[in-house]
Amino acid sequence: MKANLKYNICWLILMVAGFYLMNALILVGVIDSFLENMVVTIGINIILAVGLNLVIGFAGQFSLGHAGFMAVGAYATSIMISKTPTAGVFYLSIIVGVIIAIIAALIVGIPTLRLRGDYLAIATMGAAEIIRIIINNMKMTNGPSGMFNIPQFATWPVVYIMVCVTTIIVVNFIHSRGGRAALAVREDEIAADSMGINVFKWKLAAFVIGAATAAVAGSMQASYVQTIAPNNFNIMESIAILIIVVLGGVGSITGSFVAATILGIVDAALQSFGALRMVIYALVLILIMIFKPSGIMGAKELSFKRLFNPKSRKAGAKS
Amino acid sequence: MTTLLNVEDLIKNFGGLTAVSDVNMHLNDDELVALIGPNGAGKTTLFNLLTGVIVPSSGSITFRGSDGLIPLNGMKAYKIANLGMARTFQNIRLFKELTVLDNVLIAMTANYRENFVQSVFRLPKFYKTEARIRQEAIELLKIFDMQDDLDQLAKNLPYGTQRRLEIVRGLATKPKILFLDEPAAGMNPEETADLTRLIQQVQHDFHITVLLIEHDMSLVMNLASRIYVLDHGSLLAEGTPKEIQNNDAVIKAYLGEEA
Repeated sequence: MKANLKYNICWLILMVAGFYLMNALILVGVIDSFLENMVVTIGINIILAVGLNLVIGFAGQFSLGHAGFMAVGAYATSIMISKTPTAGVFYLSIIVGVIIAIIAALIVGIPTLRLRGDYLAIATMGAAEIIRIIINNMKMTNGPSGMFNIPQFATWPVVYIMVCVTTIIVVNFIHSRGGRAALAVREDEIAADSMGINVFKWKLAAFVIGAATAAVAGSMQASYVQTIAPNNFNIMESIAILIIVVLGGVGSITGSFVAATILGIVDAALQSFGALRMVIYALVLILIMIFKPSGIMGAKELSFKRLFNPKSRKAGAKS
Repeated sequence: MTTLLNVEDLIKNFGGLTAVSDVNMHLNDDELVALIGPNGAGKTTLFNLLTGVIVPSSGSITFRGSDGLIPLNGMKAYKIANLGMARTFQNIRLFKELTVLDNVLIAMTANYRENFVQSVFRLPKFYKTEARIRQEAIELLKIFDMQDDLDQLAKNLPYGTQRRLEIVRGLATKPKILFLDEPAAGMNPEETADLTRLIQQVQHDFHITVLLIEHDMSLVMNLASRIYVLDHGSLLAEGTPKEIQNNDAVIKAYLGEEA
């Protein structure tokens, strides 16, 4: 109990410190609007990658439909705050987006999660496309031209808090009864089944939580960038999130943080290279995959438990 | 002595092949029964039928639950497991990338509850539950001398210990029947002797029924109170170790026809 409190306080201090560091840097002028934009994009990518990592890295279900759920959140927020631009409606819209994403994830997950590996990837990709095409053809969403002038409520502190909240939820889920069951499903479905674990239920749980976090990221994106179109949420977006997860390490939340940050910085630094940017970007990916195929972090996590007790060799639990 | 599990006229066809045909058997409370037979006799298929991994073509399996007889045909494997049936696998199926402790905790999943809100917001109730089941898991591992390996990854354990962990994991589900599929496979005589003691201890301490598939006859004859012999998918004989040792049909199945 005491030890747990100590680690939790450490994480809390880290989160608060990060917040004030960012605040100070903006105040001093080190972080201008260009860098702030980069930091917020990194934050949104972290939310997306952490959620997808839960599905792929921890429950072992290869989903390629993350952008679809992101679209659900983005449009829920855009439509609601375009009509009534108040902060209250903005927060309500996040919840609405999450609820719709959960319903969508259940509808998508119940038939498709019975599939395995590549088949599941293709099925979830198809499901995300369906979501995108529905949005593309609706009046309410302004069809293919998308929505503009969405009021900006998702400032960097809001995104920062959302990164913390979604990460805490995902990490705490992983280190609980449900998360262990999901890990068992990833490791060996037949063994999990014969240990009395409802394999399908825990796959679905991970999938739904992943979708909910994607919706939060979508809401942030819509209200920060202030313009969205269905094409922002196509298969390339799903793959971009997948790249972060794979690069950071499948099964490492810390890895998703590191990879999202590195890619965000690389992306921003290469902005002036124009067309060469994508080539260099791809090259970085290829090099990392050659020299560290398990991703930057492998399956390791940053853990205060391990920092304080260097003797215990195994990666401890976050929080 | 009452019947805990009853199997009647069980048949399993894979296309044109009959892997298990017309098997009748029963398991009583607190007994250790062995299932033997030459390779390909259908022993593991029978195990898979009993634990719900595959669905029988016909016949019935009934389990005596706390409130009456429960038919198991077509029931999902995890539900059968939750009724009180645990198993180990012929080709070890531990959660390899997870720690020894996690392997045991996962097996206990059905025996405790944590709701989503409690675990996500780390309410005091969550820590209390975690501490309790962790303690339970450690106690169980202690019985099997594995308390020093808690944080080891399952894949890094020596072979014999992996087999042992599979049994511990099975016991962690609090079963009424434990199915052991060739627990001594690949073990040297010393490890087999350890295993024999272990199985006796398990059965004695936990008061459970054990059904054992094994090729090692010394282990079977030492442990089992009854033996079923399976050959080409059907039951060849049933009886005490002594009866089986002197059964002509069994000797023929194992050693072949006299010239």
